[in-house]
Amino acid sequence: MAETGYALEARGIVKIFGNHVALDKVDFGLRPGEVHALLGENGAGKSTLIKILTGAYQPTLGDVIVDGAPVTLNNPQHAQTYGIGTVYQEVNLLPNRSVAENLYLGHQPTWFGFVDRRKMERDARTVLARYGLDIDPSSELGAHSVAVQQIVAIARAVELSGKVLILDEPTASLDRNEVERLFDIIRDLKAQGLAVVFITHFLDQVFAIADRVTILRNGKLIDTKSLDNLTRTDVVRLMLGKDIAFSGATQLEENRPLGEVLLDFKGYGKKRSVMPFNLTIHKGEVVGVAGLLGSGRTEMARIMFGADSADEGTVSVAGKPTSISKPTDAIAHGFGFCPEDRKAEGIFGDLSVRENIVIALQGKLGWFSALTRDEQMEIAGRYGESMDIRAASLDMPIKLLSGGNQQKAILSRWLATDPTFLILDEPTRGIDVGAHAEIVRTINRLRDEGLALVVISSELDEVVAYSSRIVVMRDRELVAELNGENINPGVIVQAIANHKDGVQA
Amino acid sequence: MNRSLRPLVATALIFAIAYALAVMQFPSMFSTRVLGNFLTDNAFLGIAAVGMTFVILSGGIDLSVGAVIGFTGVLVAVLISWLGLHPLLAFAIAIIVAGAFGAIMGLAIHYLQVPAFIVTLAGMFLARGGASVITRDSVPINHEFYAWISDLTIRLSGGGRLSVIGLTMVAIFIIGALLAHRTKFGSYVYALGGNPVSASLMGVPVARTTVAIYALSSILAAISGIVFSLYTSAGYPLAAVGVELDAISAVVIGGTLLTGGYGFVLGTFIGVMLLGLVQTYIIFDGTLSSWWTKIVIGILLFLFIVLQRLIFVASAPGEKTSKA
Repeated sequence: MAETGYALEARGIVKIFGNHVALDKVDFGLRPGEVHALLGENGAGKSTLIKILTGAYQPTLGDVIVDGAPVTLNNPQHAQTYGIGTVYQEVNLLPNRSVAENLYLGHQPTWFGFVDRRKMERDARTVLARYGLDIDPSSELGAHSVAVQQIVAIARAVELSGKVLILDEPTASLDRNEVERLFDIIRDLKAQGLAVVFITHFLDQVFAIADRVTILRNGKLIDTKSLDNLTRTDVVRLMLGKDIAFSGATQLEENRPLGEVLLDFKGYGKKRSVMPFNLTIHKGEVVGVAGLLGSGRTEMARIMFGADSADEGTVSVAGKPTSISKPTDAIAHGFGFCPEDRKAEGIFGDLSVRENIVIALQGKLGWFSALTRDEQMEIAGRYGESMDIRAASLDMPIKLLSGGNQQKAILSRWLATDPTFLILDEPTRGIDVGAHAEIVRTINRLRDEGLALVVISSELDEVVAYSSRIVVMRDRELVAELNGENINPGVIVQAIANHKDGVQA
Repeated sequence: MNRSLRPLVATALIFAIAYALAVMQFPSMFSTRVLGNFLTDNAFLGIAAVGMTFVILSGGIDLSVGAVIGFTGVLVAVLISWLGLHPLLAFAIAIIVAGAFGAIMGLAIHYLQVPAFIVTLAGMFLARGGASVITRDSVPINHEFYAWISDLTIRLSGGGRLSVIGLTMVAIFIIGALLAHRTKFGSYVYALGGNPVSASLMGVPVARTTVAIYALSSILAAISGIVFSLYTSAGYPLAAVGVELDAISAVVIGGTLLTGGYGFVLGTFIGVMLLGLVQTYIIFDGTLSSWWTKIVIGILLFLFIVLQRLIFVASAPGEKTSKA
């Protein structure tokens, strides 16, 4: 074959599903010893390309070339024999088995047909040491943090394949330190000559670790470029094919007058979950919640919605004391909650988009006033359009939609109940830039319409952009409430980092 | 590993305490005779429970076990008594038939993506119905091989006897434990019980393993049926009704998580012995209705479900929020 120098190459890949062209003559080349970021909005064809490179799909046209020779990859195991290993966003290992077994499952050293556990654990220890992990290989994998599990997954992929490592959003559920640790490992592997494909939604991370970037849009290859002479704006522009004004870090427009008090939490808390907090929420305001993972953000959202019931404190809605001990109470008060873990707690994967949208409204109406199919279609259609949910049909199972569209559907679900108060937990996590902008726009629109919102987000720029007020959580405690000028990433970071003598603004 | 050991330790403790209490009341229960009978009387249940352990470890269930025991008993009896085959040949045929039966259930479960519950429920009706179509009555087996096997025992001091069928069960438990804990196949079974999606992405041959698990369960059920026919010297289509439920109970009481992924073959052995102990106690007592066995099993099961819930849920590791 003509040009070599690529560890793995895709040439003229076309993939057609039914009459939908998912990939249109895409070329992709991966050099040994590089970290190659693959970017694109949801639906751009990233995952289709990855699935072709790992053998999960077969290309309709075009070749996959390994070390200069075209190959047919039948399945991921077959791809592994060509040195191509993959680590997925959700750790796909076995939490119920030992670390060593997770490293070697299917390839355990055997002795007359019996697994040589001692050798396996010894080998595992050596391998893990190379990744800076000093853990007992015989311990249960599930006992370790997600970050450690992710590293074990990488170690397994590298051990079993060793030439190309495909990382599909490996950082989505890691916190900052863990991401750094992961990056150190990726740099090591790169130095060893491994070719790494890195898929993420975080542009910062792309710039931090990648050498080159390939951008896909609508199934077409836009460009493959070295990152040295690219700016963030360039990348976003290439991804979206248009200039979008990032609303990040703009000063809050005008000091809008506060609406009337909608919710008043006093000394509200739950033992071993969230320390008692006081929070007053007005109509027409967005309260941003900032804090590190595990700081009690989600727990706070859950007790506000009654998903966990508070064991101390009081809450009043529109001035009247009440109790919210279960979600039905909350919904009766016109609350809505978009949880962080969309797949597990948000969507009903096998139900259609339509059913997912109407389900909260139906729940509110009760058993005896079922929405007719026409009403359902009308409601779903209305929100599908206004929220720009991109689905071939509203009757397709929601699990087939991209994360961004799923999130829009969940938002629509609550909007259909005509809520007065929405809690959004990481509404923009793991979704593409376009859907991201759409959701931020929606948050702003809802605020202007007089809804009260609590939005939890790890992206400070984002929280700053739409919040009228920010509360900072640390160690399961509400430690600061920021207003006006204090709403900027610098102050927030300080509030998160400070100990005890925090900024009380 | 520690967490999954806890239910096993609990079972062992409960067995030790229960046995000690029983011995205090009836000192004669502590004898080789009773222990030998323990093994013999529970052999067919124990063997079936080994197969059930594999099925449950993989996250499945096999409701056809009792019916396969009954079917095998009838098949073996008919082959020996009516067709005059040698028992060993009849055993081989029964094991092959059951293996194929289980493999077909495994294929259906994997390729049709139907829950194991439904597939094995169908298997249960098929096997029970098949046995009843062959004969409605008990078919006695009078073969010198049967007599020979029954007499073949190891005498223990104190009047106890270790029978061939009791030892067969012990051997099957040992082989089962090695298979589950020391082979690649065993690790695949646990992998399927842990997370079938991950397992397949990690290269576990899911189809082959699923088929092998259900074939193994049916083969062990067939061996259990053979043992049952040795025990009763007959084949009866309605034999061993509900044994699958006893087997499931023994597995769960033995500390295997009903949702799969955690457990030990040895635990099932203790579970079977615990069920046997309850029955023996009731026989010794003589005044209690044998239905008390069911009540005790019910209580034990409930206890263990609660226990597992406490161990596996309260101490669920790797919670998303526990870092930072």
